[in-house]
Amino acid sequence: MSQIFEEIRNDLASNDVVLYMKGNETMPMCGFSSAVVQILKTLSVAFKAIDVMKSEELREGIKTFTNWPTIPQLYIKGEFIGGCDIVREMYQDGELQALLEAKGIPHTGK
Amino acid sequence: MAMPQEQLREYLVNAFPDAVIQIKELAGDNDHYVATVTSRAFIGKTRIEQHKMVYDALDGHMGTRLHALSLKTKVPSEE
Repeated sequence: MSQIFEEIRNDLASNDVVLYMKGNETMPMCGFSSAVVQILKTLSVAFKAIDVMKSEELREGIKTFTNWPTIPQLYIKGEFIGGCDIVREMYQDGELQALLEAKGIPHTGK
Repeated sequence: MAMPQEQLREYLVNAFPDAVIQIKELAGDNDHYVATVTSRAFIGKTRIEQHKMVYDALDGHMGTRLHALSLKTKVPSEE
């Protein structure tokens, strides 16, 4: 498990916005993952999508790392933001856009 | 890999006795739900903490037995 944590830490350190998801951004394999991809695309946010279906170890590892039982998981600047429900709520309330603004991440939301 | 709605409700009622709980089943397969939980237990907690409290109440079944639970947590409005 420590090796997978190391990999997760590296990905979070080298990318401002990371989405752990099922499938990839062009072909999400789950409605919840797809919803978060749509929101990020709508806001024109550049993000690194990591497909957890490629590795059982990563799929379980990210749940343990975040202490969160479900996928997708969105990280911004190394901080866990939430899963689909939270991200959607934040987007609808404009909180996500404000957070991106505060973190200096380019986006097209108001 | 599914959970009847009554059992889902029971977990939530046990963990949040004061809560107003609305559960809607989406697909009729005991596996896709939308739940809104309104409880004073969420006061002063972040959204992540609130959702975490609900997941904890489900006793490890979230993400395993229960695959798709779309969740909304609320604090009762002061009236």
